Amino acid sequence: MDLTRPLAAAVLGAAMFAAAAAHADERFIVVSSTTSTENSGLFRYLLPIFKAKSGVAVRVVAQGTGQALDMGKRGDCDVVFVHNRNAELKMVKQGWFVDRHDVMYNDFVIVGPKSDPAKIKGMKDVTAAMKKILAAKAQFASRGDRSGTHSAELRLWKAAGVDLAKQKGAWYRSTGSGMGATLNTAAGMNAYALSDRGTWLSFKNPQNLVILVQGDPRLFNQYGVMLVNPAKHPSVKKTDGLTFINWLISPEGQKAIAGYKIDGEELFFPNAKR
Amino acid sequence: MNSIFEATRHALALIGGGDPELVRIVLLSLKVSLSAVFCAALLGLPLGAAIAVGRFPGRHALIVLLNALMGLPPVVVGLAVYLLLSRAGPLGEAGLLFTPGAMVIAQTVLILPIIAALSRQAVEDAWREYEEQLRSLGAQGLDAALTLLWDIRFSLLTAVLAGLGRASAEVGAVMIVGGNIDGVTRVMTTAIALETSKGDLPLALGLGLVLILIVILLNTGAFLIKETAERRSG
Repeated sequence: MDLTRPLAAAVLGAAMFAAAAAHADERFIVVSSTTSTENSGLFRYLLPIFKAKSGVAVRVVAQGTGQALDMGKRGDCDVVFVHNRNAELKMVKQGWFVDRHDVMYNDFVIVGPKSDPAKIKGMKDVTAAMKKILAAKAQFASRGDRSGTHSAELRLWKAAGVDLAKQKGAWYRSTGSGMGATLNTAAGMNAYALSDRGTWLSFKNPQNLVILVQGDPRLFNQYGVMLVNPAKHPSVKKTDGLTFINWLISPEGQKAIAGYKIDGEELFFPNAKR
Repeated sequence: MNSIFEATRHALALIGGGDPELVRIVLLSLKVSLSAVFCAALLGLPLGAAIAVGRFPGRHALIVLLNALMGLPPVVVGLAVYLLLSRAGPLGEAGLLFTPGAMVIAQTVLILPIIAALSRQAVEDAWREYEEQLRSLGAQGLDAALTLLWDIRFSLLTAVLAGLGRASAEVGAVMIVGGNIDGVTRVMTTAIALETSKGDLPLALGLGLVLILIVILLNTGAFLIKETAERRSG
């Protein structure tokens, strides 16, 4: 039984060796980002361009914005690239992050079944459309995971004057999962859902779902990038992290973002202010 | 039906095409899961044997606990290991989070109880049969345990294979501690989860078929080795 301790140490040592041996030579940063940027394929397109230019590999961990911000606060990544402007600015103020910049935007859309039981197709007023979904008690699939999209959805319900805590019922399904998984659920039960356009365009299992409401200015979706504060976490790779951030907001990085298209349609619109 | 046909087509194309990305993902899956099985067997087999032959207070409680831990939820193990390895956690200095090493640690924790519990049972059965013989030869305690482990090594293979099955099939733990990073920590199960969330269900299912095929091949290999070795040792 006394062997357990040295053996455990050996396992940890072996694991560290395996980890070090696998990528000892690579210069990299860890970026915590959202499922929408990963699932839409943007990073697959963008990161090789950045690596060729800078020699820095970017390792992306994709999760909901809430989780991604938590990861940054714990110091488990170097840069976060997310979409919940209010939360980002608040955390910069609290000292968790530095060097925050707007990078790009796209928009949210409301997708739903072609049969459109709440009759919202073509509406320009998103909150009016959401009130009609509530009135019809039509199925609505929510992310329910504190992601940027979930936060946006909650803001919209509030703007529509709907008190979800009181008014949600069997029609409101909280999936507690990523954008793609929520769209799979919505497609499976013919529900409405709020999605970012990027994930929607690259989503391959829409079944009966189509875009029903889009174009309301309140559906604007801003993405921002910021560095984990090196003063809080000395392990943060400040130089390489800033290289990435500065490239994203440079004319070259902005042009690369605009160049990513699916079926000729641009997914993200660069809007960094320098 | 259509999508199953489509998935099979995808699986065949993936295998036939020898796509370098798929090869890399498959090799990483094997590397991680086999390393975890190696570590867990190194710890779990002696632990199982020691509990089988040892007599100490709390032994029954330990056996029950070990059996129960066979059902450890991968996502809980992943979360616990994440908190340990996080920069803000006790082992954060090692910088292991989001590396294959972290995935090995998580899977080792996950399958250690399986290998220990199953080998405990096997060794205990053998101990009942050979106890008098071993005692007359003067073997006791650890000595007896190691002798028994060697004697029943072929039956222990099942315990190890059960561990391998669990390791190669789980997604919850490696997703959290590995982060599913493209080219670094993406393995078969996390790739399947990713393709599912992209809505590419046929490709996801195709990858699943490839994974099942690999596990069958591994088990066939283990079976053949066991058969040959058993014949040799008479």
